[in-house]
This record gives sequence, C-alpha cells and structure tokens, in this order.
Amino acid sequence: MTFDITQLIPILPEIVILVLACTLLLVDLYVKDAQKGINHNLTLIGLVVAIAVTLLVGGGERQVVLEGQYVRDALSDTLKVMVLIVSLFVFVYSREYLRDRALATGEYYSLALFAVLGMMIMISANSYLTIYLGLELLALCLYALVAFDRESKKGAEAAMKYFVLGALGSGMLLYGISMIYGATGSLEFGPVAEVVAEQGLDNLVLVFGLAFLVVGIGFKFGAVPFHMWVPDVYEGAPTPVVLLLGSAPKIAAFALAVRLLVDGLGGLHADWQGMLVILAVLSMGLGNLLAIAQSNIKRMLAYSTIAHVGFIFLGLLAGTQEGLAAAMFYAIVYAVMAAGVFGILLVLSRKGYDAENLEDLKGLNERDPWYAALMGLMMFSMAGVPPFVGFMAKFFVLKSIVSIGLVWLAVLAVIFSIIGAFYYLRAIWYMYFDKPTTDAPLTDSGAVRVALSINGLSVLALGLFPALLLSLCQAAFA
Amino acid sequence: MHIDLPLLSLVIWLPILGGIAVLASGDRAAELSKKVALAFAVLTFVVSLPLWFAFDSSTAQMQFVERIPWIPGLEVYYHLGVDGISMPLILLTTFTTIFVIVAGWEVITYKPSHYMAAFLIMEGLMVGVFSALDAILFYVFWEAMLIPMFIIIGVWGGPNRIYATIKFFLYTFFGSVFMLVALIYMAFQAESFSILDFHALPLGLTEQILIFVAFLLAFAVKVPMWPVHTWLPDAHVEAPTGGSVILAAIMLKIGGYGFLRFSLPITPDASSYLDWLIISMSLIAIVYIAFVALVQQDMKKLIAYSSIAHMGFVTLGFFIAFTIFQRADVETGAVMGIQGGMVQMISHGFISGALFLCVGVLYDRLHSRQIGDYGGVINTMPVFGGLMVFFAMANAGLPGTSGFVGEFLVILAAFKADFWFAFLAATTLIIGAAYTLWLVKRVVFGPVANDGVAGLTDINARERFVLGSLAAAVLIVGVWPAPLLEVMDVTVQNLVEHIGLSKL
Repeated sequence: MTFDITQLIPILPEIVILVLACTLLLVDLYVKDAQKGINHNLTLIGLVVAIAVTLLVGGGERQVVLEGQYVRDALSDTLKVMVLIVSLFVFVYSREYLRDRALATGEYYSLALFAVLGMMIMISANSYLTIYLGLELLALCLYALVAFDRESKKGAEAAMKYFVLGALGSGMLLYGISMIYGATGSLEFGPVAEVVAEQGLDNLVLVFGLAFLVVGIGFKFGAVPFHMWVPDVYEGAPTPVVLLLGSAPKIAAFALAVRLLVDGLGGLHADWQGMLVILAVLSMGLGNLLAIAQSNIKRMLAYSTIAHVGFIFLGLLAGTQEGLAAAMFYAIVYAVMAAGVFGILLVLSRKGYDAENLEDLKGLNERDPWYAALMGLMMFSMAGVPPFVGFMAKFFVLKSIVSIGLVWLAVLAVIFSIIGAFYYLRAIWYMYFDKPTTDAPLTDSGAVRVALSINGLSVLALGLFPALLLSLCQAAFA
Repeated sequence: MHIDLPLLSLVIWLPILGGIAVLASGDRAAELSKKVALAFAVLTFVVSLPLWFAFDSSTAQMQFVERIPWIPGLEVYYHLGVDGISMPLILLTTFTTIFVIVAGWEVITYKPSHYMAAFLIMEGLMVGVFSALDAILFYVFWEAMLIPMFIIIGVWGGPNRIYATIKFFLYTFFGSVFMLVALIYMAFQAESFSILDFHALPLGLTEQILIFVAFLLAFAVKVPMWPVHTWLPDAHVEAPTGGSVILAAIMLKIGGYGFLRFSLPITPDASSYLDWLIISMSLIAIVYIAFVALVQQDMKKLIAYSSIAHMGFVTLGFFIAFTIFQRADVETGAVMGIQGGMVQMISHGFISGALFLCVGVLYDRLHSRQIGDYGGVINTMPVFGGLMVFFAMANAGLPGTSGFVGEFLVILAAFKADFWFAFLAATTLIIGAAYTLWLVKRVVFGPVANDGVAGLTDINARERFVLGSLAAAVLIVGVWPAPLLEVMDVTVQNLVEHIGLSKL
C-alpha cells in the first residue's frame, strides 16, 4: 500500500486548522499576559487562510481520499466555508468578553479551534468511524469549554450535565454504528448503502441500528425528547462558548445527519422519515411553548434552538433533493442568526456583568439604535417574518414538505411558528418600547460593530436575494 | 410615454429608499429629515400619477408589468402589474401617506425621523402588496408590512400600546401563515407561483374549501370581519394618529383586495358554496357592530367600530355576486356589487382617514379622546367644526359624498340578490347616521362644555391643508364617481365572468 502525497490536498483546510491550533498552544507559552491579543489575531488570520484554502482546493468532482475514509464534495466545500466564516465571526465577537475575564488564553483558542476541526471532519467524513471521531473531537472540546471559566459553579454543573448526556448520546450512536457494521460488514457509506438497498427492511439488526443512530443524532442536535441538556448548557456556559456551540455546530450536525442517514441509509428513508416526523413535531411544539416561559434570554434562545432544529428536521425528513437543500439552507441561516444574537448579548455584557436576562435588552434602542435595529431584524428573522432570511428558510422547508404530500405537517409547523413569534416579539418590545434600566456603556469595538453589521445585514440581504445561498445548497445535492 | 420606466418598482422602492435615507439621517437635523420625508412622499405620489393617466381602462389585462426571476429554481419571480382593481388602491396609498407625514409634523417629538421613515417604508410595502403578481412576493410584502406598523404602534402609541401592538401582530400573523401554506400548496399543483396561474388552476371542491378557509383566515382578520375584529379597536385607540389613518385607510383595504385577487378567482366554487358564511358575517358586522359603535365613549373606538361596519359593506358587495348567479331571474348586479365594494373601500379610505385626523387634531390640543371631555367645539374652532361635520355626514352616507356612492351601489346589488340582505344592509343608513350624528352633536355642537374647549384654537394652515384636501377628495368621488367606476369597469366585468365559471 503506497501513500500518495496528493491525497492530502483535499484535506489541506483541516491541516491548516490543526497546525493553527497546535501553534497557538506553543505561542501561548511565550507571550506575556498583556499580549494575549496575539492569540486572537493569530486565530483570525488562520481562519481566513483556512477559508481561502478551502475555496482553493474546493470545487470540481467529488474526491474520496485516505482509503475511502474521507470525502470532499460540493456539500463539504460549502458547509466548511460556512463553518469557518461563522467561527470567524464568533471569535471576533468573543474577544472583549474573554479579555475582560482573563479567559483569552491559548488553551481557549486551541480548544475552540479543535472544535472547529472536529466539525470539519464531521462534514467531510465518508465512513461511520471518521464521522464518530470528528463528532467526539467536537464534543470533548465543547465539554471542556463549557467549564472553561473555572470560577463558575454554574459552568461546571452545565459541563457535567453536557458531558454525561453527550456521552450517552455518543454511546447510542456508536452502538447503532456497531449494529450497522454487523449487518452490512462495512463502515464506509458507499458499501453500506449498497447492502441496504439489497436487504432493506428485512434485516432487523439494520433497523435497530438505524433507531440508535437517530437517537444519537437527536442528542447531538438537541431535538425533543433528547433536548434536556440544551437549556442548562446554554444558561451555564460562558456566553462566548454558547455562541460557539450554538452556531456553527448546527451546520456540522446537519452534515452528520445527512452523511449518516442519507449517504449511508438512504434506502431506509421510509423508516427514518417517520422517526424524524415525531422528533420534528415535538421539537417545534415544546421548544416554542417553553421558550415563552423563560426570562433568561440564554435559556429562551436554547428553547428557540430546539424549535429551529424541528424545522431543520422537516427538511431532512422530506429526503428529496429539494428538502435536503432547504434543510441545509436552514441550518446555515440559523447558525448565522444565532451568531448575531449571541454577539449582541456579548456587546450588552461588560466587565463583571453578564447580560443574561431579557430585561437586559430593555431600552436598547435608546442606548444604541443600530445594535437595536440589528437585534430587531435578527429577532424578526428568527420568527420567520419576511423580508428577512428566516422567512425564506421556513418557506423552502415548508415547500419541500408540501411537495411530498405532508400538508398537515406544514400546517402544524406554521401553527408552532405563530406561538414562537410571541417571544421574539417580546424581545423587540423590550428593546423598542421600554425605557433603559441602566446607562452603562456597551462593550464593543470597531471590529465588533463592523462584524455585527455585516452579520445583521446579511440576514436582510439573504432574505431579499436568497438565490445567492440557495443555489449553493441546491448544487450540493444535485 | 413613460411606459419604459419601471413605474411600479419606482413607486415601491422610492419611499423605501427614502425611508432608509431619513432613518440614516437620524434626529440630528429633525427639521431637515421631515422635509426630506415629505419630499419623498410627494415625489412618490407624483410618480404614481402616470399609473392613473396612462392606464388603459379598456382591458382587463395586467398593465405596467415587470417580471424578472427572483429565486431561480423555485419559479419565484419578481412579478409586478396592476389592473383596475389594484391601481386605484395604489393611488389611495400614495395620496394618503402625504397627509400622514404632514399630520405628524409638529405632533411627534420623540424620534420624529424614525416615525416618518416608518411610514415611508410602510407606503412602499403596501404598494408592493397591491402590485405583486407573484404569490411569494405578495406574501413578503404582506408580512413585512406588519413590522413598521408594529413599531409605530409600540413606540408612538398610547398607554396600553404594548398590549395592542402585540395583539395586532399576532392576530394578523396568525391569519396569514395559513395563507402561506395554501399558496405553497397551489404552487405545488400549478408548478408556478404566479397568481395569474393560480386563477386558471383547476381545483376540486374539498381543496377549494380548504384553500378558501386559509385565505379567509388571512383576509378576514385584515378586513377585519366579525368575529375576528377585536384587534382593531385596540390597535386604533393606542396607535398614534398617523398609524390609525394608515390602518383604517389602507391596511384594511388590503384584506378586501385579497378577497378580490385571491379568494374569488382562485376558489370560485368554494366562494359560492360558502357565500352564506361571508354574507352573514358581513351583515352581522353591518348591523351589530354599528350598534356597538353607538355606545362608545372614546371617539377613536367609535370610528374604529364604524370602520368595521363599513368594511362589512365591502365584503357583502363582493360576495352577493354568488347569490345573484344562483337566481335565474336576475342577470345584472354582480358587477355592481363588486364595484360598490371597491368604491366603498376607496371612499372609506378618505373618510375614515379624515375622521381619525380630526380626532388627532382634538387630541393634540386637549390630550383626550373621550367624547365626554368635549362639547361645543364649533364655538372655538369654527373651521374645524365645519370640516368634522362634513366628514361625519360622509361617514353616514350623505348623498353627494363618496360614502353614499359605495353604499348605494352595494344596497342596490343586494336588492337584486335578496330583499332581506338589502333590508339589513340598509339599516346602516339609520344606525350609521345615528352614531355619527350623535358623535357630532356631543363633540361639535352645543354650548362650550369646559375650560379646555373654551381655550381651543382653530386649526392652522397645515391642518387645513390636510383636512381640506381629503374633503375635496370625498366630494369629487361623491359627485363624480364616473372616472373611478370606468377605470375598474372592465376588470370587474372580467372578474365576474371568471368567477361565474365553475372550476370543477
């Protein structure tokens, strides 16, 4: 078996991130506390390089490398670029918060970058083993990051819950993978798909394996009834970490679901469709209803995530090219919106004070009209009000499920989104209709303002011209 | 002559861009931004005038059509066009917005530039609703319109504004999402999002009924029809004057327009099957809501309820067509009913807008909307008193005013359908006169009630301009409605022919 060095070209983006993460660990040893900003700058430069490299090596025919373990295709190109871009914004937003709380250490940045690497591996995996490794890399980094502020008891508690439940989810997934391996004799998606096409439902082990996979995916997405960790982790973790784990990983989780269910077990579509219907309906319903009851905005956003996951599942369960493209669009758009919303929360926080309650939004329009406008359009977008992109995402998903004849599901989805509209409106009401309770200055910098503006305006621009992103999503499943 | 210019796009985007410009200028130079806002409003009105003058009223085809791909792959187009139904409503929108901007000139002191900008953006979106011929484009404008209104009521509204604005938003949002599902469903059947393709789409009765109900939820809330009208009095009372004017004059019309553009032509059989439902809801609105209006103590609430009753005429006029079709002995009348409904919409736009502005004039001076706080206003404000009496008369349907034309046509058409429909509808002439005249008696006439009223100053040049222009519009349409009827005549006839054919 010879090793061809050209095989490494498609995985150059991952190599860049890996080198970056390791470099940061080393550099951190040599810089003084006052100069920790260098970690931040290095990370941003590295991410930009990684985006450029991804674009360079991307495009063209599907390539399978490393003995069939790894794939680079249109789907992976788009998703990786999106993960990297969203992560770039995440780091820009986090800087002031981390600096003020002396968290901006090399460890933080390298853990976060390893998490990014984990996402990229998930996106490009071509076998059950690779995808599991990517997932664990991501998850382990996130567990550590949730507890990163070691002074915080809430953080430690959240990390503990996250770890135990996450490990349970991973265990389920692994168990499912083992069954599928037993039934098909392969770990690569291609051969598995062939066997599934032959045997189909006759093989009971396969169906059991599928059930465990869906449970695992449900855990990782945070879909009801596997959502228990989401609100606690969102509430307990430091806001920059919530920002990190609430945005880009949704894109990676989408990749996980597509690779596992569609690439590997596409032949069992009829089976997993039914399971996803249940998860989707429960997630949309429970997520939206419970979000109304929250006064902590991080918890509210946690439940809102759960509701959005339900919508992503709607697209996935359609299983058609159209549906998958819609789900992909939704996942990307959600990551962009979530990044913006948590970015605003970071702006509202300041040294010694974390903006966590809905009340903290009060009177934002008087304190800074531009941030209020950005947050407002993000909230309208999440509620699915046009002309913002959140509407387009919902529209594409609804269209795809109406196309497969599940009109009742579409009706149910819109009913839940009406319920959901209330809590987004409440955030806007606090910002615009109430007077500020504090006149403390906002924590931002020129870079944050520019980044948040780009983030917010992209929500509007993509809503007006959804074709820009939609064509990429459609190309990924063509 | 101007056909080459994308007129409709201009009328949509000019105010929106103007709004953004005003918003960006902020309140540092509030006077200047008000002037810019007014300039954009006037310019938009001027740009919209060719729609009327270059309009070819001999055809029912869509005119000033623009069509470019918007979301390729999903067959969604940026598709605009107007016919005799939508064109007058667009002019109503551009016309009314000018007065809303002028009316807020001195009154709004909190972030005036944002206030003006919200109305300009709103104007563009409403024109978009009337001119969109693509279902998704329509829906985007339709929903986006909620955002500025939500902000307007919530920021510049009265003490109970938050309750009112959330109720307004959720109510309308509730209505419209079902419409979205219906639109997507039809697009799936027709493989196109063009509203004109939906018109030609064959649908079974069950499908039609479900689609009809989805549309009904959206449009009935917007009109609003009894029993989903309860958001309107709240929203009107709490909204600032300009917000009430836009709500009453244009937003309600969008519901009526929706019936004509969607419900009737897309689901004619379901409309025919369920016309009893709409007709009874309309009659209840006309009779019952008019009685509710009678007992109101708050002037804005009274006018809000009167709006609901008047909009009942609109929906009645649209749906009696089906009763007329079923009667073998009657041949004409359907066109008259729909035309009456249309005229009623335009006229109600002027009259209710003007009445809300009148209440605004009083409110700006004494900060009360309670009828009991006034009395004998005419002694201190003779010009204003005269105008208010005039608008009240128009509201009661006095011949010679625009209010008469619409009601008369609808009642006449209702006679052809069923005597009792006409009888019930005609009771409005009595009850409507009762509540408006009683309002005028208590507020305008009589001896000066208190020191507040005694200290009132008459309306200034700005207010004279606003109310005077609207009074002129009411008179012109009332005395000489022929041009308005002519513009919509062919379109309405075509519509009646279309809905007379079964899709089954």
